[in-house]
Amino acid sequence: MDIVNALALFANFVAVPATAYGAQLALGALGVTLIFGILRFANFSHGELMSFGAMATILVTWTLQDLGIGIAPFPTALLALPVGILASIAVSLATNRMVFRFYQRRRANPIVFAIVSVGVMFVMAGLIRIIIGPDDQSFADGERFLITAFEFQKATGLKEGIAIKQTQVITVVVALVVVAALFWFLRKTRAGKAMRAFSDEEDLALLSGVNPDRVVQIAWIITATLACIAGTLYGLDKTYKPFIFLQILLPIFAATIVGGIGQPVGAILGGFVIAYSEVMVTYAFKKVITYLSPTDWAPEGLVQLLSTDYKFAVSFIILVAVLLIRPTGIIRGKVI
Amino acid sequence: MSFLAARSMTGGYGGADILKDCTITVDKGEIAVVVGPNGAGKSTAIKAIFGMLNLREGSIEFDGRDITAMAPQDRVRQGMALVPQNRNVFPSMSVEENLEMGAFIRNDDFNETMELVFHLFPVLREKRAQPAGELSGGQRQQVAVGRALMTAPQLLILDEPTAGVSPIVMDELFDRIVEIARTGIAILMVEQNARQALEIADHGFVLVQGGNRFTDTGEALLANAEVRRSFLGG
Repeated sequence: MDIVNALALFANFVAVPATAYGAQLALGALGVTLIFGILRFANFSHGELMSFGAMATILVTWTLQDLGIGIAPFPTALLALPVGILASIAVSLATNRMVFRFYQRRRANPIVFAIVSVGVMFVMAGLIRIIIGPDDQSFADGERFLITAFEFQKATGLKEGIAIKQTQVITVVVALVVVAALFWFLRKTRAGKAMRAFSDEEDLALLSGVNPDRVVQIAWIITATLACIAGTLYGLDKTYKPFIFLQILLPIFAATIVGGIGQPVGAILGGFVIAYSEVMVTYAFKKVITYLSPTDWAPEGLVQLLSTDYKFAVSFIILVAVLLIRPTGIIRGKVI
Repeated sequence: MSFLAARSMTGGYGGADILKDCTITVDKGEIAVVVGPNGAGKSTAIKAIFGMLNLREGSIEFDGRDITAMAPQDRVRQGMALVPQNRNVFPSMSVEENLEMGAFIRNDDFNETMELVFHLFPVLREKRAQPAGELSGGQRQQVAVGRALMTAPQLLILDEPTAGVSPIVMDELFDRIVEIARTGIAILMVEQNARQALEIADHGFVLVQGGNRFTDTGEALLANAEVRRSFLGG
């Protein structure tokens, strides 16, 4: 029995990566839930908006790296992020102006809206592949680890080490700051209250003098900011692959629905539920169990419920289960 | 010249006309009540007055200005406020935030108006931090009326404010409405509970099939044998 080592092992391979991944999903899901709350449709182009933001940040990062400008030991991408955010805001406002506003004025059916967003997704994906190409891009620099497994082992004398990547810490810290700022905005400011009112009861908000075009613009600005940050953090934590942003839509949508559609708190909860489930179901628990059981009881198999190739199936199963059992989500949201 | 004069309104939602030559007027400090059987066009008349329905004919004058073609939002800025029959509060927002949203178009200090609303509806002060969606039906109606009052309107339009509330709550609401009218605000109200509504009304308009059947003071309508037989159940 070696509980401490088992916990260290669990933290290293499950808790730390899942927390960082959960923060990325939460940021993505917040954007989807905001657009659902204001425009009332499932925005399939959100993944590509994340990709676009990450791409813009990468291009600026490369330029800065060439010029020798950096903020070591932090990644240069953090310095480039504001420019990436501005580019994402510009592209989402342009999309709103050219595409979504037309359907909003007609009060189009949410299904029509969702299909339109699929079209936007394909156009944006093509644009991204024209600009940066379909290949993996690496742009992370700065200190790689905050604590390496070896340093941890030496400091604590444990057999198992906990490695914490700097990008994981940055991901969680940035996500916390962004979420706090978003909630402050929605709760305390005039524009934030107008957005909540518009999301609650559109016609009554109009009767109260809320300008719908303005609310929609603010929603896109916030969504683009969240998407760019989420995409960049995801790229920093792993690598930037354009095709991954189509796949990541599934866990993000699952997080949105599990948490309760249109509920910002739910999006965050959902992000972590999905991330932890995905990582735990695909992790091989053999060594953890070996530590926890008497010496010769070590299991023969890997004690892995699903191979990592199937990790997207986890979101899908959770999604279906939630829709069947509690369609409103953890925090009572709207039902699609 | 009345404060609000909607004359000869004719129109509908496309297709057949629902309103046919319907006239409704209200003066300051006065309560006007629109009653009539189901499908008489009562709510439609109110929607038309608020600009939520395109009129084919007729005109609407408010405070001496012709507002027939004005958008609903702009009518709010001119001093009209509407309490819709359904979906009249923001359910996930607190009572206080609901009232703040009512004052959204105002740039001046609205604390005094909020005090007035809390004075009219003391229970709202107690529940100011609670989401409006968690309140009882009667309290919700109070929030809805309070939200409309926050725009500091000169004309308050209520679409069946007592729909779905208990008789006790209804009496209370009517008392409050009388109190609001005494502050000089003109009130126009559509009501299902015709008898009680006419009792507090200065003027009543009995609509039938989209047109005016009887128009008189509330008292006179209550005394009118034909009105009593046809619309008040004897």
